[in-house]
This record gives sequence, C-alpha cells and structure tokens, in this order.
Amino acid sequence: MAEPTPRVTYDFVTRTIARTLGNPGRGYFLLLGAAVALLAIGIITLLFLLRYGLGLAGYSHPVYWAVFITCFVFWVGIAHSGTLISAILFLFRSGWRTAVYRTAEAMTVFAVMTAGLFPLIHIGRQWYFYWLVPYPNERGLWPNFKSPLIWDEFAIGTYFTVSTVFLIMGLIPDIAAVRDLATGWRKKLYTLCSVGWRGTNEEWRHYTRGYLYLAALATPLVLSVHSVVSWDFAMAIVPGWHATIFAPYFVAGAIYSGCAMVITLLVPIRKLFHLEELISVHHFENLSKLCLLTGSIVGYAYVCEYFVAWYGGNPVERAAFWYRAFGPYWWATWTMIICNGFLPHLLWVKTIRTNLTALFVISIFVNIGMWFERYVIIVVSLAGEPYTPWVSAVYNPTWADWGIMAGSFGWFFMWFLLFVKNFPAVSISEVKEVLPPPRRAHAGSRAHA
Amino acid sequence: MIPLPKPLHDIFRPPPTAGVLGVFTHLDATLEAIGKLRAAGHTDFTVYSPIPRHEIEDALGQAVSPVRMFTLIGGIAGCAVGAWLTLWMSYDWPLVVGGKPIGAIPPYVVIMFEMTVLFGALSTILGIVFNAAFAARRLGTIQWDPRFTNDKFGVFVPAEPAKAAAAEALLKGSGAEEVRRG
Repeated sequence: MAEPTPRVTYDFVTRTIARTLGNPGRGYFLLLGAAVALLAIGIITLLFLLRYGLGLAGYSHPVYWAVFITCFVFWVGIAHSGTLISAILFLFRSGWRTAVYRTAEAMTVFAVMTAGLFPLIHIGRQWYFYWLVPYPNERGLWPNFKSPLIWDEFAIGTYFTVSTVFLIMGLIPDIAAVRDLATGWRKKLYTLCSVGWRGTNEEWRHYTRGYLYLAALATPLVLSVHSVVSWDFAMAIVPGWHATIFAPYFVAGAIYSGCAMVITLLVPIRKLFHLEELISVHHFENLSKLCLLTGSIVGYAYVCEYFVAWYGGNPVERAAFWYRAFGPYWWATWTMIICNGFLPHLLWVKTIRTNLTALFVISIFVNIGMWFERYVIIVVSLAGEPYTPWVSAVYNPTWADWGIMAGSFGWFFMWFLLFVKNFPAVSISEVKEVLPPPRRAHAGSRAHA
Repeated sequence: MIPLPKPLHDIFRPPPTAGVLGVFTHLDATLEAIGKLRAAGHTDFTVYSPIPRHEIEDALGQAVSPVRMFTLIGGIAGCAVGAWLTLWMSYDWPLVVGGKPIGAIPPYVVIMFEMTVLFGALSTILGIVFNAAFAARRLGTIQWDPRFTNDKFGVFVPAEPAKAAAAEALLKGSGAEEVRRG
C-alpha cells in the first residue's frame, strides 16, 4: 500500500475483498458473455480443423510454424510477469506487490493453460497428444532429449504445475478468511477449499517457510521457461532465429508483455469491483515502471539484432533482416518496432504513468506489439529463409488462424473472470501484512519490515 | 465442519481439549500474553493470527520449520530423476543425433533443472501439508473463533478446569477483550 489511510484496517481489507465475491453487476456478465462467445468461435473453428485438416490454416511451404506457434509463445510470455511479481518481488520484499500479485498469478496460470492448447492444436491430430509424453514408441525408441521441443515440454509442464500450486498456496489463508464471512453454498465451497486453515502459529510457521522456498524455486524457473521457449528457435539454423541473444531477449519481452497484460486486466477489475482503495495509482505506476524497464531491454535487443546482422558480415543473416524490415511483411515488423521500441518510452513521463486511461491504451498496444514480435520472429524468418529460394509463396493467416486465436482470448478471459468472481482477487493476508498492525500503545505506527 | 470417515475422524477430531481462549484486538497485547504465558511455564498454548507476524514468531521462540528439509531432499531427488531419465533413456536405445555423444550432458541439464524445480516445489507442498497436519493432530480439537481469520488475534491455553482460573486471569490481565472456557 502506498499511504494506508486510517480507514484501511484489517476488517476493511477482508470485507472489501470479500465483497468482490458478491453480485458483480451487469458489466461483469457482459464481459463474461463476450469471452464465452469468443471461445465458441474458437471451438467451432477447431471442429472445422478437425474435420477438414490443418490445410484450413494458412500454412504454405516453408511456413509451417505460424499463427498457432505465435500464439503459443505470446501466451507463454503473458504468463511470465505473474511469477515475476509474486515470486521475484516477494524475495525482494517489495510491499507494493501485495495488492496486485494475486491477479498476476491467476493470469499466469490461465495464460499457461491457454498456451498449452496451441501445441495440441498445432499437431493437427489431437487424439495423438500422448505422443508428446516421454515413453518409448513401438520400436522401443525413446524421445530425443537433445531436442529443444522436449525441453520445452518439461519447462512448460513444470511451470504450469509450480505456478498452480503457488497460486493455491497463496489462496488458502484468504479462502479461510472469506469462508468465515460467507454463508450458504459458498461457505461449503470455501470450507472445502481452505483445507481447515485456522491461522495457528504452527500453520503459519510451516506455511511462511514453505512459501519462501516456493518463491525461491519459482524465481529461476520463470527465467528458465522463456529461455527454453526461445531455444525452440535459437537451436535451429534459420537466419533470424539462430542467435545467442534469444534467451534474455525473450525473457525481457515476456515480462514486458505480461506486465502490460496485468495493467489491461487490473484497470477494468479495479473499476468493476470498487477496489480503488486497495489498488492505487501507485501500483499502476510501479507496474508501468517495470514495463518501461523491460521494454527498454526489448528495444535494445532489437537494435542489437539489426546491428549484428549488419556488422556480423554474414550475407544470409543480413538478407533475412533486410527482408524483415523492407520485405512483404514490413508492416508487421514496423508495428512491432513502434509498439515495443518507441511506445514504452512514453512511460518516462509521470503524468502518463499515473493516468489509467493512457496506461490502459498503451498496455493494449504493447500486447499487439508483442504478438507481432513473435509473428515477425516465427513467420517472417521462415518466409524469408534463403535455403529454399525456389519457393516464393507468401504466407497469410486465414480465418481458421484468426478463429483459433479469438478462441484463445475467450478461453483465457473466461477462466480469469470466473476466478476473480469466485475467489479473492486480491491477497487478503498479504495486504494486511503491509498495514500497521493494531496496537494499544501507539496506534497507526508503520508496519514492521 | 466437513464430515470425515471414521478412522480419519478419530485421528483429526479427538474430543475437545479443556482450556481457555483469549480474543485480542491488539498485537502488542497478544505479545504480552505470550510473554507472560511462557514466563509462567506454559509451552503447549496456541496463537491464532490473521497474518504471519515476526513479532509473534520471536515471542514464541519457535524453531525453524522442517519444511526446508523437504525442499532440499525433493530438489536433489528431482535432479537425480532428471539425470536418470535422460541418460537411461538415451542409452536404452542408443542413437547418434547431430553427431553428439549418446549421453550428452549440456542439453540434459535443462531437464535436470526443470525436474529439480518440479520435485522441489511438490515436496515443499507435501512438507507444509504433513507438518501442518501433524501439528493439528498434536493440538487436538481446540477452541477457535472465526474472527481470527479477519482482524482478531487469539491465544488458547489448554488447562484443567481447576487451573483455568489462573490462565483466565493471565489473559485478561494482558488485555484480552474476551475470555472464554471450553
């Protein structure tokens, strides 16, 4: 909390957050309806893909990794800021994370759930999904552990599991708090979900230690996951992919897009659920500073890529980057450069950082830019690859690509909206932790630690 | 209360422990009560709080939670599983890929790392659940108040009815706003 007012007491925090579980009004249901409608579009498109095959998507040689893989990397990227805010900022003891981390963490879990769908859609024959599991085929051949795609499977699987248990762990004391205010079927649900939490000193002793270790494990994990995703590309020899800069470049981009998505989600949620006193402009300002930092790293990575393509003297690489900027996909490249290279620098201005409307608009453009970054890296690098110069087909996404992508947004927002309505969207116990504790002697003194 | 099957009920819901429960509004009053109880030789009392506070931990003088051993052992086991998985599977059907050794360590480090984190995190959860469940079992069925998850602190002192009056006086004297026997 920035400057807790005397009104913000423990009881106020519990009741304000418990109120988000009540009737959220028409705006919420309109948003939920829109999300479900988008998901329906995705499901119908998927049925068409199942019936008529992946040919409905715009694949054309040599572009066989296209919008589905772009969306996969996009959603994995979105997932990153959640663990950054909940684990890394926890280890750094930054108090401001308490008001926003639950939303970010839920976003992480649902974004990984969304990302996980894309490899399945991309394989075309979803009923063979178990081929991804490491077990020997009928000739006793095991999967190739030297392939980055297998690393990716382990990284994403671990990330999904760990971020889910981290979210659930954080939720337990808060569900117990809302359990003790709830009535009816909610009381039963929260009693079950709070696994008998009472807040004894023994429970807190093991819980706080365990939480610390989970954060310590999640911190290197979050950095590893997008590095491994980047190696899906960097391990290949396609010009534009084969670069050692990829791991830090992808991780910075992931956190950049993730923080932007947190802003995109928090602005309407704060308004819908009247959380103005708990989530203040100060929190948005800090989020936008994170955006500024990571956006600058991304901008620097763009400059590096182009500089090395020119200075490295490799004609193949130079041609690939020329194709990116001035070839048939120039519009995608320049969208990415403007949204990620220039737009974040607006955040140097404090009046923009503290203007929620401006932040909301910028965050949406950041996400558009980051989607195009992956599109440029994946599709444009493949389309412009110089090893098969006799192939001149230009790839364009079709309605099937856009339908699946719309479905993924519906799927993500549906889960997210259901979550914020049914579980505490702001951490109750951690927001209380940064408040001054009630004391007899000098009430209102600053919090310890 | 969730109904539990008979054997679980006997383990986790023993008959109520006799004792005194004090409800506190202020953190410093709670700390004072903890100090006085320890000075009076009580060791088996329970403190409830809506949030974890270092002051309470320090006043209780608790040992560091054994959860850390679960994390360490889980992490080491995960790393070993990652190494075994990749190396054994590679040598079980040796196939040269990309001119690299059959058992190439650098790419396998990625799998070993991910498995370290996965097993470490899951065993940390197990550690929390086991330790908290054993603590709940040791404490037995003790008095509790739903306000403890909101804004009140609580201290429960197990005491025979004959000795309850002394504990009651001690809690009141420290500033408990409400004291009840159970």
